[in-house]
Amino acid sequence: MKLLQIKDLSCGYDSIFNFGIQKKIEFVLKDINLIINKGEIVGIIGPNGAGKTTLIRAISRTLKPKKGEIFFDGKNIWKMNFRESARQIAVVPQNFSGLDMTVEEFVLLGRIPHIKKFQFFETKKDLQVAQNCMELTDVLKLKDQLISKISGGERQLALIAKALTQQPRLLLLDEPSLYLDITHQVRILDLIKRLNKEFELTVVMVLHELNLASEYCERLVLLNEGKIYKTGSPQEVLDYHIIKEVYKTEVLVEKNPFSSKPYILLVSQKREVPNEKRIDTDLYR
Amino acid sequence: MKNKLIYWLIWLSVLILLILCVSIFSLCVGSADISFRKIFSLNLAKSHSTAYTIIFNIRLPRIILGFAIGGALSLAGVILQGMFRNPLVEPYTLGISGGAALGVCLNAILGLNSTFGILSIPIFGFSGAVLVIIFVYFLSLKKGVLRIQGLLLTGVMISFIASSLIMFLMAISGIEDLHGIIFWIMGSLEEPNWMLIKLILILSICGLVISYFFCFDLNALSLGEEEALHLGVNVERTKKSLFLLASLLTGFSVSVAGIIGFIGLVVPHFMRMFVGQDHRILLISSFLAGASFLIFSDTIARTIILPLELPVGVITGIVGGSLFIYVLAKKEFIFWR
Repeated sequence: MKLLQIKDLSCGYDSIFNFGIQKKIEFVLKDINLIINKGEIVGIIGPNGAGKTTLIRAISRTLKPKKGEIFFDGKNIWKMNFRESARQIAVVPQNFSGLDMTVEEFVLLGRIPHIKKFQFFETKKDLQVAQNCMELTDVLKLKDQLISKISGGERQLALIAKALTQQPRLLLLDEPSLYLDITHQVRILDLIKRLNKEFELTVVMVLHELNLASEYCERLVLLNEGKIYKTGSPQEVLDYHIIKEVYKTEVLVEKNPFSSKPYILLVSQKREVPNEKRIDTDLYR
Repeated sequence: MKNKLIYWLIWLSVLILLILCVSIFSLCVGSADISFRKIFSLNLAKSHSTAYTIIFNIRLPRIILGFAIGGALSLAGVILQGMFRNPLVEPYTLGISGGAALGVCLNAILGLNSTFGILSIPIFGFSGAVLVIIFVYFLSLKKGVLRIQGLLLTGVMISFIASSLIMFLMAISGIEDLHGIIFWIMGSLEEPNWMLIKLILILSICGLVISYFFCFDLNALSLGEEEALHLGVNVERTKKSLFLLASLLTGFSVSVAGIIGFIGLVVPHFMRMFVGQDHRILLISSFLAGASFLIFSDTIARTIILPLELPVGVITGIVGGSLFIYVLAKKEFIFWR
């Protein structure tokens, strides 16, 4: 059962040269075709500049594609009403800077797409949903604290709580584990997994950490230079040859003894440093 | 939720009470002191005594105009600060006041007072403001996207150009025109035309009502444009409507009362500190606070060194600015919610 269908998607940013006389579109994504099924957790991986964030931006309607279409549940997302698409798709951004408000006020902003015209106050249901989402993400105890005063990991949890308050069917996350220590990384990704299991929430997330992607995603999409290099299960995608080709790095691919998913060990490229490339130690004296 | 509602209602009643107190104070004091009791007896008697004339023809119009313009300016300030997510933006940043001042200057230099009569200054001021609004709007519009930073920069540049042109016009104008121009720029709530006062009152209350259609959108925009889009806000349409609303509010305020500074900057800041960032309460409380601040400042301005009447901008600047600096220094006490 497909939820999201991306057809021949090309995205790019305009760059203007020579005082606006020449214009060129620099394509970041080229002819992407991808289908995301209901209830899947899909990880988007790839080296820096591969177009991972651009793909998320295109799906969340932040960036208008140059070519191609995206269908959500059979409907073209660019023909959907903004409020309607916000009720279906929620986004957890990498970071955010906002005015100061309490965590509860912040999470309640997620109800905006559900608020009807000429409705001035949140209904009991809105409050209940926000309460549940805060409980789920473990930020209920922080609800009266200011969003600027809590730690980065807690803020990430609050961002997820806000996105869940939208009651979406598709959750997009852009690097949810960035800046977080391992405790919070595992906590957030476990939470996402749980939401996926319990509420059949479809999740698409960009992940930098290949090991986290391997551990938590059912399917990986490896992007390279704006194109899909490979999609498939972690075992299929995180292969020694593929990683060497795309990341141009030597790694060791092992099997996680608990989950039997692949995990990747980084190997220092040059154990024997040749004489001529040795750093001049005088500089540091 | 219930707590929040009660908190909001308390703030609303405090502000309404404040407005009433300030208005009564303003009615009572002046070059002729009229006692509180006398005002009420007058209201019933409708006599043609001097006290009646002072109250209903001099002081009351000023209070009503102060209410409308103070409210409109701080409402415009809240909207613009919320939309730009920039605490330094105020209604005059966008060059609207410059355009209005230029219009008034042209009116004075060309001696058009005689042709258009008493409404000539507001008409010229408002046309100048509208011209600038159109200019800034279309310069910042690229492919249907209103670029916020572009809007701000264009506005600031137009302010500079307008003030240079005003200086030029002042340099070539005669002494009498000069006096009129300077007097207008300093800002005043003296307006003899009842029709105009009623019009401004209706317009600014309309502005308040319209702004409430965007209160959730403004809340969402406080997280940033992309975030607002993710929350289902039609960001482009909202930005355009809010810009037009705020600039029209500023335009008509400036064209009637001149450039009364500081209200649009300081009052929204204060109200953000007191009532929080939720625009559902912020919009109305800024409107009411701005209104009472302007009425109060105007009363001080016309009574502090009798029989001289100071420009109201002097008081709004000094009182508002020093209060604001004090609050900034004591921020941790004020940020309670």
